[in-house]
Amino acid sequence: MTTASKTTQVYRVYIKATPEAIWQALTDPEWTNRYGYTGYAHYDLRPGGALEVVPNEEFKAQAEQQGFPVPDVVVDGEVIEADPPRRLVTTWRMLMDPAMAEEGFTRITYEIEPQQGGGSCSLTLIHELDGAPRVASLVAGEQEEQGAGGGHAWVLSDLKSLLETGSTLAG
Amino acid sequence: MTDEDELHSVFRALADPTRRFLLDLLFARDGRTLTELESELSMTRFGVMKHLKVLEDADLVVTRRSGREKLHFLNPVPIRLIHDRWIDKYTERRITTLIDLKDELENPS
Repeated sequence: MTTASKTTQVYRVYIKATPEAIWQALTDPEWTNRYGYTGYAHYDLRPGGALEVVPNEEFKAQAEQQGFPVPDVVVDGEVIEADPPRRLVTTWRMLMDPAMAEEGFTRITYEIEPQQGGGSCSLTLIHELDGAPRVASLVAGEQEEQGAGGGHAWVLSDLKSLLETGSTLAG
Repeated sequence: MTDEDELHSVFRALADPTRRFLLDLLFARDGRTLTELESELSMTRFGVMKHLKVLEDADLVVTRRSGREKLHFLNPVPIRLIHDRWIDKYTERRITTLIDLKDELENPS
């Protein structure tokens, strides 16, 4: 397939949790460090506010073992819109890899919708990836066999597991 | 829907070759309109809509409005959930990070 033509990706998962719990899992650094790629996501939740994802010690130690330093910030961006607990829009740049960093800022939207009957919400992630084919391939999970994790689908699956069962798939 | 119902609707949606073809089309190029998808199939518009509805009910396809257009996107999460909850039970899961990718990219073999 050609990932270059695939400039927007959409992911949706249903989670048995309140919108507030899902919002917290997305925006509270202690929560973001518990699933998926881990790392402390620090959001200044107002338009123009900064987003910085700081790797945890274990992640850094693993990297050093492999003989290279991890940047102090692995993802950065800027908050465009923050409407807790329903909608969050930010720019998003991957800094772990120089070629991906060069592709610049992409844009991520999270939408949280309570479902009829209560008890669960849909969480939709829209990633606009114009001009960022490397990042697109990464977040689509196409490099999982090379050890790059399963991208957004994997992260959302892990998040669902954490919120519904209290533990992640990895843990 | 219970997890069991979700699972059933995903397998039901995937059981049909036309629906698998529609997913393959979106995998090759995401975010298409009904008209674009229809042009790839020798089937009535109504027939394609019916298949898309089954895929949407199973959450394998998610639609988004873009101006006047309704775009169809492949949502891989339901299949991922099956992978993570079922298939991994029987296979050895390798927990990995971006670090390996960086290594791979910088030291191509």
